[in-house]
Amino acid sequence: MKEKEKGTSGLLTRRGALVAGAVAVGGVLVARRFPKILPPTCGNVLRAGDSFTYGMQKALLSDRALVKEYRPEDLTSFPATGTTDPGANPKEKELSESYRRLRDAAFADWRLPVGGRVAKPREFSLAELKQFPSRTQITRHSCEEGWSAIGQWTGVPLSALLDAVGVLPSARFVLFTAYDGWIDSIDMLDARHPQTILAYGMNGRDLPIPHGAPIRLRVERQMGYKSMKFLRSVTVTDKFEDGGEKGNIQLGWAWYTGI
Amino acid sequence: MAEGPDQAGSPGGEGHARWVRLSHGIITLSVLILAFSGFEILMVHPRLYWGKAGNDLTPALLELPISRNYKHGGYDKPVPLTERASGPVSANRTYDIFNENGWGRSLHFLAAWFLLLPGLLYLLLGLLGGHFRSHIWPRVRDLAPRQIWGDLVAHLRLRIPAASGGPRYGLLQKCAYSFVIFVAAPLMVATGLTMSPAVTAVFPFLLDFFGGIQSARTIHFFTSAVLLLFVIVHVVMVVRSGFRRQIRAMTVGR
Repeated sequence: MKEKEKGTSGLLTRRGALVAGAVAVGGVLVARRFPKILPPTCGNVLRAGDSFTYGMQKALLSDRALVKEYRPEDLTSFPATGTTDPGANPKEKELSESYRRLRDAAFADWRLPVGGRVAKPREFSLAELKQFPSRTQITRHSCEEGWSAIGQWTGVPLSALLDAVGVLPSARFVLFTAYDGWIDSIDMLDARHPQTILAYGMNGRDLPIPHGAPIRLRVERQMGYKSMKFLRSVTVTDKFEDGGEKGNIQLGWAWYTGI
Repeated sequence: MAEGPDQAGSPGGEGHARWVRLSHGIITLSVLILAFSGFEILMVHPRLYWGKAGNDLTPALLELPISRNYKHGGYDKPVPLTERASGPVSANRTYDIFNENGWGRSLHFLAAWFLLLPGLLYLLLGLLGGHFRSHIWPRVRDLAPRQIWGDLVAHLRLRIPAASGGPRYGLLQKCAYSFVIFVAAPLMVATGLTMSPAVTAVFPFLLDFFGGIQSARTIHFFTSAVLLLFVIVHVVMVVRSGFRRQIRAMTVGR
């Protein structure tokens, strides 16, 4: 009986050591790639969960993997949700007025300031953005509500724009504002991702107003609401910044939506 | 032979091993929160589809009357989205939908970590320690049609023998646990991850395997319904086979 107990405890130790070893090795590998800067939780346990998911996805998944691209025959109908015309948005009077003026002049006077932690901040007109080498991709838009739609997007890779203004080495995030009052940011890995584009074309035509004219963002590895419509400005930042009271986190939504 | 909990997770019919009780507790709590938040998420878009994409402007496989969003129809007139008049369309949504996904989604994923991490540890320990081999996995020679039929009839007549409060398990019991541990739970995790754009960027075969994000979502829903059925039957069996003893065996382990 004594010998059996000894044998059992030996097995237990070996199994315990195996499990502890596997967990420790996994933990070290994850910790090495876990992001150093996490979004603030504002004391909310759900936001802490979002941050954990963000860290784990960054630690475990490849930075550069491309999302699946579809064929032209895969295009589907596409609902326009949220703000469908900032020119008729009673919640944002000043922005609505400016958007109306731009829209009525076919966006000829629209300018996109790109600034913040960059060497040469400047503004881009729609024509100037179209002079950059373009990228066209047929991708799936996945809405947090549960639906999805496939569209073809043509635009400038954000990384080309960032190169043109010279991002400073300390920069970590890119913050966007929009004419519908939306403010949100993405990290530099998503900003530099080859499929992250500022789209001016949809399904081979100019981007329609309900889908974000004149320019919308496409962040293909996250949920649809990160692909902001009606872009107004781009700001590169060192610290985490998502618009404070007008940003997702304080409004009660996940900042990172890779899941 | 009287002895303490053995390394296979069985204290010889006298309650469950500590690691079994602990993972059962965490996973039970996680599954309850997953079911609650999952239902909220489904309420926001109570339409299911099959294939790569699906939305209010495409036909549904199934529509569930579980929130005010059910067949709300709040859209402007559709306009073509390509040069082809019969091609895809766009329409502006005018209806103010029910949407509590701000907390619903985050709670779902937070709870999912408490399923995934203890679940993986449970699988590791169950495989290494022999718990699955000795107690969970049905023996091939027991899987004779006559035995299955006999056990089934006994269950349907609610002739449930008083439990010993831990393994050994009956034949149907083993089959049910094996199905949940090795089929349903992994399927829930896999179809859930197939809905993550960051995960499928790295593992696109998930989309191909399940036939698209919307097929994965539909399988996720039906599997959750099967798991709910399991939970109901499981609780009925616990009550019928000696509630106090069973609860003691799975909590304090005696």
